[in-house]
Amino acid sequence: MNWEKDAIFKALSDSTRRLILDELTERNELSLYELTVRLIMKHDIAISRQAIAKHLSVLEDAGLVTSKRKGKYRVIVFNNEPLKDLLKGWIE
Amino acid sequence: MKIVVTSLFVDDQEKALKFYTGKLGFIKKHDVPTGEYRWITLVSPDEQNGTELLLEPNVHPAAKEYQSKIASEGIPATMFGVEDIHKEYNLLLENGVKFTMEPTKMGDVTIAVFDDTCGNLIQIIQQ
Repeated sequence: MNWEKDAIFKALSDSTRRLILDELTERNELSLYELTVRLIMKHDIAISRQAIAKHLSVLEDAGLVTSKRKGKYRVIVFNNEPLKDLLKGWIE
Repeated sequence: MKIVVTSLFVDDQEKALKFYTGKLGFIKKHDVPTGEYRWITLVSPDEQNGTELLLEPNVHPAAKEYQSKIASEGIPATMFGVEDIHKEYNLLLENGVKFTMEPTKMGDVTIAVFDDTCGNLIQIIQQ
């Protein structure tokens, strides 16, 4: 899969989006509600659920986040595949 | 002004009554037949004259849609307070209650979320 580098760097350029990836790394999968609670209560960020959904769609465009159905629920999952070869040409 | 009754949509009143009294330990205060459905309210064993929880039949299509949409995002329909969240969590787990969010410390409070099997997610909080 050839990920769009511009979309990945754009997604990573925002500190809230990086924090979302941190939370997903820690928990593996989160519902939108749990992610919202963590950002607001744990990290003290003033953010609406709509704003979080927007951040998620940017992450999704970069292939870094996918959402899957789990029975009745929808959970958000981190996909780190696109990051694996991102800096390869520069650091080898 | 006081909050006397707060309501919760449930997909099946009888099933909800069993879950809320049997698994959660609330006490039935009123159960009055009202045509096709019943007026069922519950109270906390610790505050039997406190706020009543009305188990409302979820028959309106808009209410059904609202209920399933918020639940699918993991959003709780309401919140109950507990003294000791870890004790409560273990007790409910033993009783087969499914959690979508295990007890999580958030600043000064700890919260957890479980499925009431009647269409709602319920948050419990220890303050």
